[in-house]
Amino acid sequence: MKVPRPWSARAWLDTAHVMIGLPVAVLLAGSTIVAIVVPPVLRGGLPLFTRLQRSRFEVFLGARIPPVHTPGNLRSAVTWRQIGYHLLSPVVGLVGAVLVALTWGGAVVGLLAFLPARIERPPLQFEFDLRDGRVVVVFMAAGFALLLLAPVLARGMAALDLFVARTLLGPSRSELGQRIETLTESRAGVIDAADAERRRIERDLHDGAQQRLVSLAMNLGLARATLTDLPEPAREAIERAHEEAKQALKELRDFVRGLHPAVLNDQGLDAALSGVAARAPFPVRLRVDIERRVTPTIEAVAFFIVSEALTNIAKHAAAKRAEVSVRREHDRLHVLVHDDGCGGARMDAGTGLRGLAQRVDAVDGTLRLSSPLGGPTTIEVDLPCA
Amino acid sequence: MRVVLAEDSVLLREGLIRLLDASGMTVVAAVDEAEGLLRAAEEHRPELVITDVRMPPTHTDEGLRAALVLRRQQPGLPVLVLSQYVEERYAAQLLASAADGGVGYLLKDRVADVTEFIDALRRVASGGTALDPEVVAQLIVRGDSHPLERLTPREHEVLQLMAEGRSNAGIGQALVLSEGAVGKHIGNIFTKLDLSPAEGDHRRVLAVLQFLKIRSSP
Repeated sequence: MKVPRPWSARAWLDTAHVMIGLPVAVLLAGSTIVAIVVPPVLRGGLPLFTRLQRSRFEVFLGARIPPVHTPGNLRSAVTWRQIGYHLLSPVVGLVGAVLVALTWGGAVVGLLAFLPARIERPPLQFEFDLRDGRVVVVFMAAGFALLLLAPVLARGMAALDLFVARTLLGPSRSELGQRIETLTESRAGVIDAADAERRRIERDLHDGAQQRLVSLAMNLGLARATLTDLPEPAREAIERAHEEAKQALKELRDFVRGLHPAVLNDQGLDAALSGVAARAPFPVRLRVDIERRVTPTIEAVAFFIVSEALTNIAKHAAAKRAEVSVRREHDRLHVLVHDDGCGGARMDAGTGLRGLAQRVDAVDGTLRLSSPLGGPTTIEVDLPCA
Repeated sequence: MRVVLAEDSVLLREGLIRLLDASGMTVVAAVDEAEGLLRAAEEHRPELVITDVRMPPTHTDEGLRAALVLRRQQPGLPVLVLSQYVEERYAAQLLASAADGGVGYLLKDRVADVTEFIDALRRVASGGTALDPEVVAQLIVRGDSHPLERLTPREHEVLQLMAEGRSNAGIGQALVLSEGAVGKHIGNIFTKLDLSPAEGDHRRVLAVLQFLKIRSSP
């Protein structure tokens, strides 16, 4: 831990936290006792007290204590943990405030020990003479030591206070576990929903825009083929329109493929990947060994990985060939993409690989990259597919 | 020529009817689902069937399955399958349904190139094949060690055009080769794929069929 200097803002914030903590704690402890006796006060008051303490930690220490849902009745463990904190905090607060006040006070007194030497009559009778130079030096040394100690002590007391508060006001271990479970579930839900949305958009485009464009391109083609006796400019216009319609159709098809290829839904990874491999501008050796189909989400992630990796290879690797293998082993799906390109791919360089890693992370998979300068590059991905 | 058409998108169906009419073909029945296709083909005995792959009710591959049923019921009935995407398993199933041609499998977008599309239709109707270039490209990337790997890049190109259903003259035109050179390449392909001359005129289809079969048998 970095030792705070006595003149730093940190030192003063810690000190303020500890000093203000005592009166606040005493006040809240009193209120809490009243609240226990008068249950209606408990319901409204306890969350308020807790909020107050939480805001003190946030303002002075910049520490966020995760809020918990307070049922506001005495049957709940959460309530009792909070009551526990409010009753315990005056003790912690008192110890802290006294120690911190004494150190700062000692520091000030010690450092000002040279002043009494000029005062004619010392206000108190000591065994030793404060006007003696050696005594003054000892006092000032002690004062200096206390000055250095004070911020550390304030830090420590604040940390102790924070620890107690986190334990009693924050969520307990089992609650955290539950929360992680909920988060994992909701994350999976979000991913599945996004995936379903992609499939829906694909379907909508297929049933709507794509059909319309095919029809348009066909009609233009028909016009081009039959209206041969038109004046030159009109024929040229039709030809251009026809070419543009075909181009738009191709672009839309490529877009839909990137979004979520229909073939992935209907035929699975094997079929979808052979389409991707066929479109790569270099030879791709593809092996897919999947007996039972995996979930649509995992299929989508695996498809995305291979298609992104091949796109990356085409863009950057100057590879002559690539190899893709997808294998299912029990509850894991292994995806391997290998190329003989120039290597030097880095996780932190482009957005492409980072995007891959994020997609893999989102489903709790792992991604390993090996890409020495001069190649070859291998991306290995492991996805859960229980 | 009498054609039965199955396509669930009204827009495309009407467009195709217009297109076929303009090219001198007659659409004797146009339906929007697979059951209707089977009934119409039974009733009208067409010279060509054109069907979409994805159709109601499940929107997966009913059109293709209907096509396979038709090929069984009326051997030699020329069938052209249109699809939003190409998948070699579909092509393999189609071709495996009869080695004597009369099948086509094209990406829907190809409809836009009217002249080429009509050519493909006529080719299929007269017992030839019309495979989408994308299907062939997919077949070629399949990396398991099969005889295809022995082909040179040029032979690959020739096979690709062959699989699309082109004649030697057509292949020569596309690759800027003499017909004689094309014939030599095709001869090499047959040798490398172990197709003996005894198998006769269908070797062109068999060449495509062979690696389709290699792929579809796991």
